[in-house]
Amino acid sequence: MIAPTIERDVSAIVQEAIEKHGAKRDALIPILSEINHALGYIPAEAFQEVRKQLNAEQEHVYVSKSQLFGLASFYDMLSTNPRGRHVIKFCENAPCHVVGGKAVWDSLCEALDLNNGETSADKKWTLVTTSCLGLCSVSPVVLIDDDLYGNVNPDQIDEILERYE
Amino acid sequence: MQTKRAMILVSNDPESVRLGANELIQHLTEALTAYDLQGEVEISTLANIGTSNILPLVVVYPEATVYGPVKVEDARFLVEEHLYKGRIATDLVAPPKQLSGNIGWLRAHKGYNPAEQRIVLERAGRIDPENLEEFITENGYQALGKALSEMTPEQVIETIEKSGLQGRGGAGFPTGRKWKFVRMAKGEKKYIICNADESEPGTFKDRIVLEGDPHTILEAMTIAGYALGADEGYIYIRGEYGLAYRRLQHAIEQAEEFGFLGNNIFNTDFNFHIHLHTGAGAYVCGEETALIESIEGKRGEPRARPPYPVTHGLWNKPTLVNNVETLANIPAIIRNGAEWYRSFGTPSSPGTKVYTIMGNVNFSGVIEVPMGITLREVINIYAKGLKPGSVLRLAQTGGSSGSIIPASLQDTPMDFESFRKAGVSLGSGALLICDQNTCIVDLVKVLLQFFRFESCGKCTPCRVGTQRAYEIVDRISKGQGKLEDLDVLISLGQEMERAANCGLGQTAAVPIRDMLKHFRTEVEAHIRLGSCPAGICEMLPEVELA
Repeated sequence: MIAPTIERDVSAIVQEAIEKHGAKRDALIPILSEINHALGYIPAEAFQEVRKQLNAEQEHVYVSKSQLFGLASFYDMLSTNPRGRHVIKFCENAPCHVVGGKAVWDSLCEALDLNNGETSADKKWTLVTTSCLGLCSVSPVVLIDDDLYGNVNPDQIDEILERYE
Repeated sequence: MQTKRAMILVSNDPESVRLGANELIQHLTEALTAYDLQGEVEISTLANIGTSNILPLVVVYPEATVYGPVKVEDARFLVEEHLYKGRIATDLVAPPKQLSGNIGWLRAHKGYNPAEQRIVLERAGRIDPENLEEFITENGYQALGKALSEMTPEQVIETIEKSGLQGRGGAGFPTGRKWKFVRMAKGEKKYIICNADESEPGTFKDRIVLEGDPHTILEAMTIAGYALGADEGYIYIRGEYGLAYRRLQHAIEQAEEFGFLGNNIFNTDFNFHIHLHTGAGAYVCGEETALIESIEGKRGEPRARPPYPVTHGLWNKPTLVNNVETLANIPAIIRNGAEWYRSFGTPSSPGTKVYTIMGNVNFSGVIEVPMGITLREVINIYAKGLKPGSVLRLAQTGGSSGSIIPASLQDTPMDFESFRKAGVSLGSGALLICDQNTCIVDLVKVLLQFFRFESCGKCTPCRVGTQRAYEIVDRISKGQGKLEDLDVLISLGQEMERAANCGLGQTAAVPIRDMLKHFRTEVEAHIRLGSCPAGICEMLPEVELA
């Protein structure tokens, strides 16, 4: 029987990540980041797979699934839940806030009909707030996937969202 | 008549003449002859343009560079640099505006931008960050060569200690002393860590260094490795800084290829290797023990201290953790000496500080100026004033864990000592300038939201304290607060400061303290009158009890 696609992919992706960053304790976060980047989130099978591959006798990195989950749930850039095709990150910190960030956030929520942390039914969008991205000279800042939008005002939101398939 | 390509104007008012203007003209003429430029450059005189502290004044056209005060013995250097080599003799450039404090020498910029003193950002934006040769041309790796060939590790540490450099990550701990602790710590294996997990809201100075001048950090870490007896270093860079990561990665490869990193650096028996490690989005990892935990592949939860990282750091070995900006000062100090560094800034806070300016001002961005200038000067000169119609209401210095200061404190010199005396934190150097349309309650609510989100959850005072403080301030912002809430906030803040495990929890209550210290009337208006004086907070209708 052929394993379901997702399973084969996960195993290969995990193997690739471990090869790239090394089977070392201090590579755990880079490995998880790599998997998160490839799949958009870290599914339960991936934790299982990382544990299996790293705990193989020759590697000597003994790590439990719960430790890995603990890492993934701690760090903001790692997700344990599936996300939409496009992830919108909105900076909610003071530098963006005092130059009109709140109005931009309201406009985003309204345009997408989503609240913080939600994913749209069609799996197109995930909307999250984030802490400072270090782009404060062009605040308010919205990050969609890897595209940065600075000096955003509420009227631009519709036009920005239209750029994404 | 022969056309001249340049013209030198020397001020010859009585004051300038008294200070040697005529001898200067004489020496300039001789220098021109020495470089065979007498046919191309003309010397003339000009009146004092009203800057009596920098006489005699020399202006060189067509660039219109203003030099001053120019001494007789500077004449040859000026001619050689500006007219023979064709580059501005930066050491002699006149400051365009006298700033407060003992601020040493400011370099003039042509055109619109006001003068800055760049040590940390010296090369950022001027060289191609991916080209090692350009870095070397601009004195790159010179300090490392000097340290390895002319100085003992003890001398390196002594130089850093004498320079008076203080940690630029926020706490202001003397860098030389930290280096000494690691040097003296027992153990064969030691580590050097560069803290590039810059995530204090409003701070992006380190990003500018990493993206614009990555080799500086490698050079500084290698010098630290030599001085402290370490052969391995880590750069912990926040996961969001993709470009900086790629630039550093490229720089490490180049440095290894050219023998500035790796084994037998500069043909000595000194070896040093640098690993690049990315974070994955956690503000608390900027705390040094949380950062170390994170490198070790764990949740970034700060350790109980003591023991401190200087004796028990990464993998429990003695470890130096320095911020990017701190490290970026090191090569310049080694090259030019401690005394040179002390000529900038104030006696108790030598050197420069990189600030990020933002908020309701006309210019947002990064500047580097000597320690000791005031907030008013930063706003008026560098930020080019507040936006039209804006009046300064308050400023937040040093990011979320910094201080909120009212407009009345804007003339306090910005250096570690003066700020400490005023009960203000310089923090990371973020300067958020807010106008009359900022409500203090709303701002503090945003800050507390940040802390409750970023609290790692390890210790109760912080985990629960940030949440409860947020809830109370949220209630006040909706017009549902009680006056007793303010007392609860104060005692909650004191407990957090006393009992929290790390700086995050200890400083989370600072915004509350500052709010009640400087803006109590405004807070009470939310409670007593159920209205927001700035018109920002949305008040909920009063809840009727059944």
